[in-house]
Amino acid sequence: MSNVNNVKIHKYDTVIVGAGGAGMRAAIEATKRSRTAVLTKLYPTRSHTGAAQGGMAAALANVEEDNWEWHTFDTIKGGDYLVDQDAAEILAKEAIDSVLDLEKMGLPFNRTPNGTIDQRRFGGHSRNHGEAPVRRSCYAADRTGHMILQTLYQNCVKEGVEFFNEFYVLDLLLNEVDGIKKTAGVVAYELATGDVHVFQAKAVVFASGGNGKFFKVTSNAHTLTGDGQAAAFRRGLPLEDMEFFQFHPTGIWKMGILLTEGARGEGGILRNKDGERFMEKYAPVMKDLASRDVVSRAIYTEIREGRGCGPEGDHVYLDLTHLPPEQLDAKLPDITEFARTYLGIEPYTDPVPIQPTAHYAMGGIPTNVRGQVLADNETPVPGLYAAGEVACVSVHGANRLGTNSLLDINVFGRRAGIAAAEYADTAEYVELPEEPAKFVLDEIENLRDATGNERVFEIRKALQECMDKNVMVFRTEQTLKEAVEEIGALRKRFRDISVQDKGKRFNTDLLEALELGNLLDLAEVTAVSALARKESRGGHYREDFPNRDDVNFMRHTMAYREVGDDGTESIRLDYKPVVQTRYQPMERKY
Amino acid sequence: MSTATLEKNDSAGPAGSGENAAAAHLITVTLRIRRFNPEVAAEPQWQDFTLEIDPKERVLDALHKIKWEVDGTLTFRRSCAHGICGSDAMRINGRNRLACKTLLKDISPEKPITVEPIKGLTVLKDLVVDMEPFFQAYRDVMPFLVTKGNEPTRERYQSAEDRERFDDTTKCILCAACTSSCPVFWNDGQYFGPAAIVNAHRFIFDSRDEAGEQRLEILNDRDGVWRCRTTFNCTDACPRGIEVTKAIQEVKRALITRRF
Repeated sequence: MSNVNNVKIHKYDTVIVGAGGAGMRAAIEATKRSRTAVLTKLYPTRSHTGAAQGGMAAALANVEEDNWEWHTFDTIKGGDYLVDQDAAEILAKEAIDSVLDLEKMGLPFNRTPNGTIDQRRFGGHSRNHGEAPVRRSCYAADRTGHMILQTLYQNCVKEGVEFFNEFYVLDLLLNEVDGIKKTAGVVAYELATGDVHVFQAKAVVFASGGNGKFFKVTSNAHTLTGDGQAAAFRRGLPLEDMEFFQFHPTGIWKMGILLTEGARGEGGILRNKDGERFMEKYAPVMKDLASRDVVSRAIYTEIREGRGCGPEGDHVYLDLTHLPPEQLDAKLPDITEFARTYLGIEPYTDPVPIQPTAHYAMGGIPTNVRGQVLADNETPVPGLYAAGEVACVSVHGANRLGTNSLLDINVFGRRAGIAAAEYADTAEYVELPEEPAKFVLDEIENLRDATGNERVFEIRKALQECMDKNVMVFRTEQTLKEAVEEIGALRKRFRDISVQDKGKRFNTDLLEALELGNLLDLAEVTAVSALARKESRGGHYREDFPNRDDVNFMRHTMAYREVGDDGTESIRLDYKPVVQTRYQPMERKY
Repeated sequence: MSTATLEKNDSAGPAGSGENAAAAHLITVTLRIRRFNPEVAAEPQWQDFTLEIDPKERVLDALHKIKWEVDGTLTFRRSCAHGICGSDAMRINGRNRLACKTLLKDISPEKPITVEPIKGLTVLKDLVVDMEPFFQAYRDVMPFLVTKGNEPTRERYQSAEDRERFDDTTKCILCAACTSSCPVFWNDGQYFGPAAIVNAHRFIFDSRDEAGEQRLEILNDRDGVWRCRTTFNCTDACPRGIEVTKAIQEVKRALITRRF
């Protein structure tokens, strides 16, 4: 490590940004093959992978007939055919080894009576191309994500992975070599001291998670602010399919805390104020286990048509009362505890009020199946990789199936870790740009010195309310235009913010301001991309264009940041073809 | 001392439970927070914040309201806000809890609520402590599965009973509420502390693991399990409901009987 003008310079072969499931899965591979550093905004075990509950899909066929081709089909159909089918095939095929790898790393899966990994039903996963629900989700009670995060961290300890905890990556360094932009490293802000660090690296893997915090009702952690997406976007790299955001049907009413789909997999039923099992109307075969976009729309349709529960009629019930208490205790202990803690409700005897909650970004930094980040529709950026929710491979298309995200982080985290380390093994360091930390130093100094009247929390609250109102489950041209306009106005106001904490030590006031800047950028991309997609597909539902339009929109959105000669910023949209191999688009019914 | 008054229909938080949320009433709450910032003053001091808030909100919501609306310098860690990430363990009314799992109504909000950093770890700023010694103790007990011989092609088999044997200790989220509630740990930071022992237990009693003896030897050390005085503070503090003291006793018993 060297020290230039108070900026510390480090040199590693591979740098991984983020220490959730994807980052740590990548780190386990990369550390064995190259000198690797993991930079993480949080302590690794605080990552939001730990909040995932229901399970990880893999066609192990431990409890009933299943195969990876059915899983591939379900993933493609679940994604409303916007999925890149070559990637979905890899996901489903490598799922089996991914689960077995985790078991060998020590993950305590629930077991069948004969000692193999137990499996349960989950939304959208079916036998033989949609015939009936299939038991494909491998699980550890309702804390599968927690067990994955812990197991991966345990194995990072075992492998001696080098972590830089509470290092917040704020910039990606690219430098042009022979006319090609190549990866040179990243710049990070050390929360404990306020110091700025440059990490020179041959390969960088972004695994920094999602960006759901621009919604108000969300299952996402406070820290999910799209830092990786925003850093890449600022440096001119595209963001793919950002209009596709998943709303999970069962968030705790008003709070958004996730109640796993596994609750319905175990037999839980959604009911409206008349006690009717309304999903029978919307999805006669899969019923409560239809895919998430379908169930979330059904819930809001019930609410809009006056069949919602409570005095405001603004939620529906998740009914678990017919399930034996022993089953709830054994299979769903955490979520029943959430209902007791946060709602004061006993799920043995009372139904739980729920509403859809903003849950997962299908879009993100575009990558190919090796995890390489794309600079356009096909050209990889040498040395740059991404995996997990920050990335868009695209295995989730327009709507992700439940249990496919824990799978995604393992399959593509592993792939990105291997590919990055192998690249670093042969590549040369790219020279750092001149004054590599300048952008970050300026950004921090400006924020710390700013004296404007705007406050971070007010702008963030306005942004979240705007997104909930206009860019949620139901969208129209009008709501999206309103959103674009309001986000633009909020971005202007953001220039006049100031923070109260002017110190260097653990300045989380400053951190929240930086995070808000990222959320504003990404909210704008989301709304602009959604406005241009004049069709309904998966998680993106346009009331003014209620049908899927394969002629005009069977393609991925690619959003680029453009800066004019006068410094004005704009978003340019381009499109990328969907990779179709063997499954032709069909009408999507559950 | 500062006062924040919130609008009646502010809805930044959950606004309550059941069917009565619309009629949620606000109460006046005083949070008495232990502040420390070595950039400003060498010694910690108490600061009172009084705010109007729905009693069904969490202590974390109250801390957020203060940070966002009154004093941006108030510093604490948090992430998931529903008791699973383990970031926001703090000492609330003298007891270790997660701020995001503690509702104001459950902790006598009519009296000032004291909020302090967890004890036994160096305070860096306000409610933020240095977690490194805590994680070092965790790493020292070999918290990972160790197996010998060739790997099977499929999964290792484990009966449901064998899996159940260590279920309780797999719930740990490494929040440090247990370790930093332990009087032995307060007096001697060398003690491994309950969380590290819980995580050793998780592997010692896993039928697939083959390093139980090594972990027991580590915990047989003078700073190991024998330091435990069974005060049960750790069990009371655990936000995940793990029977921490019982797990420690099981490790002690395994050391004596060498059966696990």
